[in-house]
Amino acid sequence: MDFQVVLLAGGTSETLSPLVSRDVPKALLPVANRPLLSYPLDLLEASDLKDLIVVVEGQEAARLVGAWVSSAYLDRLRVEVVAVPEDLGSAGALRAISKRLTANDILVISGDLVTDVLPGAVAATHRRNGAVVTALLCSVPVSGPSDTPSSSGKDKAKKPNRLNIVGLDKTKQFLLHIVSGTEVEKDVRVHKRKIQAVGQMEIRSDLMDAHLYAFKRTILQDVLEQKEAYRSIRLEVLPYLVRSQLRSAPSVGNGRPVDETGNSAVLSSGNLQCLSQHRVIAPSAFKQDVLSRSCGGHRCCAYIAPKSKYCHRLNSIQSYSDINRDVIGEASHLSGYSFSAHNNIIHPSCVLGSKTTIGPHCILAEGSQLGDKCSVKRSVIGRHCRIGSNVKIVNSVVMNHVVIEDGCHIQGSVVCNNVQLQERAVLKDCQIGAGYIVTTGSEHKAESLARK
Amino acid sequence: MSQKKSRSRGGGGAAAAGDDHEDLARPPPLQAVLLADSFTLKFRPITLERPKVLLPLVHMPMIEYTLTWLESAGVDEAFVFCCAHSNQVKEYLEKSGWAGRAGAGSMAVTAVESHDAISAGDALRVIFERGLIHGDFVLISGDTISNMSLKDALREHMDRKKKDPLAVMTMIIKHSKPSVLTHQTRLGTDEIVMAIDPETKELLYYEDRADNSNLYVTIDKDILSNNPTLQLHNDMEDCYIDICSPEVLSLFTDNFDYQHLRRHFVKGLLVDDIMGYKIYTHELRSGYAARIDNFRSYDTVSKDIIQRWTYPMVPDVISNRNCSESRLHRQAIYKASDVTLSHSAQIGANSVVGSATSIGDHCRILNSVIGEGCTIGKNVVINGSYVWDNVVIEDGCQVSNSLVSDGVHLRAGAIVEPGCVLSFNVEVGKNALVLAHSKVSLLPQPSNEDSDEELEYADTNSGVTDSPPFSSMRSNGDQATVPSEEDESGTSETGTCGVVGYIWTSGDAGILEEWRQSIAPISKEKLEELQHAVSENDGSEDESNNPTLPDKDDSSDSAVEDDDLISKFEKEVEETFQRAMGGGVNRDNLILEINGLRLAYSLQHADCAGAVFYSVMKSALQAAQSTNDSLLKTTAEALGKWKDLLRNYTKTVDEEMEILLKFEEMCQETTKEFSPLFSKILPFLYDTEVISEDAILRWAEEKEHADESDKVFVKQSEAFIQWLKEAEEEDDEEE
Repeated sequence: MDFQVVLLAGGTSETLSPLVSRDVPKALLPVANRPLLSYPLDLLEASDLKDLIVVVEGQEAARLVGAWVSSAYLDRLRVEVVAVPEDLGSAGALRAISKRLTANDILVISGDLVTDVLPGAVAATHRRNGAVVTALLCSVPVSGPSDTPSSSGKDKAKKPNRLNIVGLDKTKQFLLHIVSGTEVEKDVRVHKRKIQAVGQMEIRSDLMDAHLYAFKRTILQDVLEQKEAYRSIRLEVLPYLVRSQLRSAPSVGNGRPVDETGNSAVLSSGNLQCLSQHRVIAPSAFKQDVLSRSCGGHRCCAYIAPKSKYCHRLNSIQSYSDINRDVIGEASHLSGYSFSAHNNIIHPSCVLGSKTTIGPHCILAEGSQLGDKCSVKRSVIGRHCRIGSNVKIVNSVVMNHVVIEDGCHIQGSVVCNNVQLQERAVLKDCQIGAGYIVTTGSEHKAESLARK
Repeated sequence: MSQKKSRSRGGGGAAAAGDDHEDLARPPPLQAVLLADSFTLKFRPITLERPKVLLPLVHMPMIEYTLTWLESAGVDEAFVFCCAHSNQVKEYLEKSGWAGRAGAGSMAVTAVESHDAISAGDALRVIFERGLIHGDFVLISGDTISNMSLKDALREHMDRKKKDPLAVMTMIIKHSKPSVLTHQTRLGTDEIVMAIDPETKELLYYEDRADNSNLYVTIDKDILSNNPTLQLHNDMEDCYIDICSPEVLSLFTDNFDYQHLRRHFVKGLLVDDIMGYKIYTHELRSGYAARIDNFRSYDTVSKDIIQRWTYPMVPDVISNRNCSESRLHRQAIYKASDVTLSHSAQIGANSVVGSATSIGDHCRILNSVIGEGCTIGKNVVINGSYVWDNVVIEDGCQVSNSLVSDGVHLRAGAIVEPGCVLSFNVEVGKNALVLAHSKVSLLPQPSNEDSDEELEYADTNSGVTDSPPFSSMRSNGDQATVPSEEDESGTSETGTCGVVGYIWTSGDAGILEEWRQSIAPISKEKLEELQHAVSENDGSEDESNNPTLPDKDDSSDSAVEDDDLISKFEKEVEETFQRAMGGGVNRDNLILEINGLRLAYSLQHADCAGAVFYSVMKSALQAAQSTNDSLLKTTAEALGKWKDLLRNYTKTVDEEMEILLKFEEMCQETTKEFSPLFSKILPFLYDTEVISEDAILRWAEEKEHADESDKVFVKQSEAFIQWLKEAEEEDDEEE
């Protein structure tokens, strides 16, 4: 498939501090002891999409990501890591590398997407429909720890319904309307002509834009060039494309018509092949006819992930905990590990003291040691951690080289690299930044601690 | 004879349906309310003389179809609500044998009469008061043709009702995609936008009469937060068949202002979430259901009947009593056995000819329905038309796509253009030409037609003008003729050329919309025009008004549109104002009128202030030009005269500011004559209390940061502003 993949790996995001830092950019944040970026990369490899550009914000972060990618994916993927300035936004990052895009279609994936939906399926839908853009939509994930309805869980319980408003046609293939993000708190306004053109539109508010798009390159480049103010793909570029569907004359650019005709010829031949393969599931001729006639030829499609698929973006601390819990729990096939009979993974090099129990849905990475009478439940423990006796770790993530002394209790927290927890420290719903030292006997609840 | 046959067949259907009911543990008898009055004026002028439900639809009165269907659908008891022409309806029910029948297997029909009702809401209130309905009932209007099975819809309704007593109504809807160009369905009704929950089929939003000025469908956010998924439909047609719970009647009584079933009742229920009543839909997938709402649907449904979509409601299965059976020939031609047909006459496909009708030599009848006892001369061409009973059409006439009522007489050579409606006993003279879309009746058009009133049949004796509106007729021979103004008899001297009868003019909106709902197909030019409009729209309308993400070019677009709107609005206000000056319209009425305009253009109150001020100043300017008085003097006079009006619009500082800004704009652009006088008029505005000092000071303040060119007027009136400021300070000091 002639697809070029752009992986937007981000930089050192503010929202995830103190988890990410200069040393650990977002892309390398360990999720179940694997860097976050490895999830989309493995997914792409599975879809046989091997040419990709990884866009990282900031030189230093790019160096770190580049070093890791070249060691981990040597001979597996052809990856080019490109650094762009920080704070460009997703559209800005794309604009910055626009010159490097050459293939007919571009697949844009957010580096923080943890999913088992194959990008290949999205790409195929894109090709089959000859679309200008195809977006992956998935059901809104359940947020917050499922077993303990904490205050944050309640907060979200009200909200998750209205992340996006999406309008689909009858066959659920075409994207007719989209309003995303914070704008959703208003009444929904749908242009009548859209409904008139399609007759029937399904409005859904339970779908989330997963930030995985297939774009037609020429159109994408035109939009990026014309609309210089656009910063976000999700909030600006996609809605723009969707709402300009009904326009008959291409409103952007003079160079485009020529480009487009040249391109559409290529596309249509590609289309034919795809069509012959997918004739059964292709939309009815009538629908296509109506749409293409009334829409001036450009189509926005959607690929809706089946409900059984896992799809989650790691863009908040809450979602970091959620994804860690899910990857070692219900969505364990994503982790790439094989679980033991007890439904957990304990690296053979781990040393466990007497009467220490490791519950199901846990991972202990290599070289970690636990003292006596410890209890670990639904948690991830990184490499070379030294954990004393009588330590309880529940629903938490402990990264690498962490020292936890005797009698500590950790619940619902994230403990970053090289942290030291002195005796009898108690953490509940906390985030501890790298290298921090939690003093003896201190108790913290719902705090974010980092070294100054 | 045939009638009996059909009855027994209908009875069989009812019995079958009755069996199903036994499965449901014998519910109370199913009742139906049939509204024999549509409470609209769409079939005028014909409905002045005969109620709509008794108009023949392929030889049978419409109500006959409805009653037959109700009986076959298993309804045990039907109440026919009649209002206008109730005697005719009652007489018909008795004559046709519907009324007074009772017993197993047949439907009891009772007429309910009331003369006060002017809407469906009133009708249902009357039904409620009389305590006739005991259980769930079918609500239908007497002009509905259907052959659908109610079984599924009824069961759904009952099941839902058991689970949720608030589910009070099930609406039957049908797929029908309206034309993209005309925005109407093939029945000629406006497109509807509905939002339906795909799981439960609950109706969440309903908008008919889709005015295209409103480009957006707006769905309340609460609806979406309660229903994560909903279907927006534009491709559905409302069949106007409703299964209702008895609560519906009491709801109508509680909300005495509900008039229209859809516009008031359905919308009212959907908006009101306190009571939480719910309406559900049932999509009709097989079977036929359509309501005859206008002439176009009359045409469409007639053709459907002829082409047997409505089986068993087709001419050869249920035919009118006192006539011989019509027989179906090839190509959907129905002919009564006693038709006198010349050998050279040609009857084309999809035509019906009633009994005792004679058709002369070389006639051509295409896609038309000819009633009983008609006499058609030689060389007559009838195309796509509906000719009712006892019509005389003389030699060489041409009738296309029109409706010709009972007893009409077309003299030789008359031409009836598409879209005409000739009411009862109208005569068209020799070689006369009836222009397209004319409506001709022997009864004069009531003058006080108030479009707000939805009376179908106003009292024919009231509200008739002494000098009826006449539009002139052209005869075929290019000689101008004076239309005759004779009584029913139609004397020969006037009958020779022109038309006996009154030619109705359509209402203001009617002229434009006539083509939408007439029998005539939409003309090619019209379609092209629409096509053009659509493609034009495409260019300009790029959904710029997307409020969330205004990009530069888009927002400027909408600003231009806005300006356009405002200038139009100003023009209208000015016209209104000038009328007021000339005719001395009273001030309150003027305010009302301007407010009306404001609503029509959906503008802010502040915009009004500017527009009214503009009009006042303009009048002053005109006065100055015509009387050679000084402009200042006339302005002072005008402001003195209209200060009350202006004050009405300057209730807030914002509105006062608007006037100031408008004034400034006028001085700079449209009426430069005022610019030297700005500083002199300003104090006057202040003195007449049109503009308060707050507004002036704020205006001056805002202008401080403006460009030099913008500051001209502030500078001009600096002295006055200074004085105001000082006065204010003094006030403060005093306090």
